[in-house]
Amino acid sequence: MFKYLAPLVLFIVMAIFLALGLNLNPRDIPSPLINQAAPDFSLPVLGQTGRVLTKDALIGDVWIFNVWASWCGSCRIEHPIFNQLAKKKLVTLVGLNYKDEPEAAKQWLAQLGNPYDISVMDQEGRTGIDYGVYGVPETFIIDKKGIVRYKHTGPVEVYDMQNTLIPLIKQLQAEI
Amino acid sequence: MNFIKSLVLLLLSMASYTAVAVEYRKFDQPEQEAVYKVLIEELRCLVCQNQTIADSNAELAQDLRRQVYEMLQQGKSKDEIAEFMTQRYGDFVLYNPPFKAKTGLLWIGPIVFLLIGLVMLFLFTRRKRNTQNIKLTEEEIKQKTKIRNLLNDEAEQ
Repeated sequence: MFKYLAPLVLFIVMAIFLALGLNLNPRDIPSPLINQAAPDFSLPVLGQTGRVLTKDALIGDVWIFNVWASWCGSCRIEHPIFNQLAKKKLVTLVGLNYKDEPEAAKQWLAQLGNPYDISVMDQEGRTGIDYGVYGVPETFIIDKKGIVRYKHTGPVEVYDMQNTLIPLIKQLQAEI
Repeated sequence: MNFIKSLVLLLLSMASYTAVAVEYRKFDQPEQEAVYKVLIEELRCLVCQNQTIADSNAELAQDLRRQVYEMLQQGKSKDEIAEFMTQRYGDFVLYNPPFKAKTGLLWIGPIVFLLIGLVMLFLFTRRKRNTQNIKLTEEEIKQKTKIRNLLNDEAEQ
């Protein structure tokens, strides 16, 4: 009996492992920042010379921290989805303009629309390192107390926005 | 001759490819330089996941090398820098991850598979030996010689 069942069992075990392996996304590295305080930053604001934004200024609000750059191809995929979100005026949208040229960044926003309430410039990529950024675009959702509650790596698609991001934002806004 | 020439050229181009330009860093203490070299070989470049930050010339790898260098200059230890990186990127950033519940399978897995293999090998070889030592009954021996004779006849024709 064992002789006949063994190959079948072996096949099933291998099939399960392969199926799991195929469905995992190697780019999706769990962030150790989830449920931790969002790292501090103090960065110049894009398009407003001399103005600096700090993380502490955002405490009390639920906000989205979206890492983008004009050189980033897949940022164009998610951009219309953030433009749509901005129209709903649901949440504060902060852009982290990552390792970009300010002029190129401004032009990019002028061309494709600017969904951000404010964008800060991280030209040296240091805030990026603090947030564990490795693949632009990335999106963080930060709650009223300044705790990172969610991270999305890669372009946010309509499905993610409607089924994950927006429900979570509403839930966090209901928290005191 | 041409073939050898192109082969040499190919090998040379490969050599220059693996030796990606790692920028020159000046260290006051040779110990710090040693730690730097070890660290950049142990940290993973998260953009090109199968390369260390020493191997990769991705922008992120460059930034992480700069970060390691600066922290060493500030007098940070190897463990402090590894801690800094894991706080931001998780254990995945380390090519030599610590042994804990989450990474247990990674460490024990190969040993478990080796043991399974050895047990299987043992079971299968033992079964084979058993088949050779089976005692035949009178009747079976008669049948066996009969079959052998039949086969021999066939071969002669």
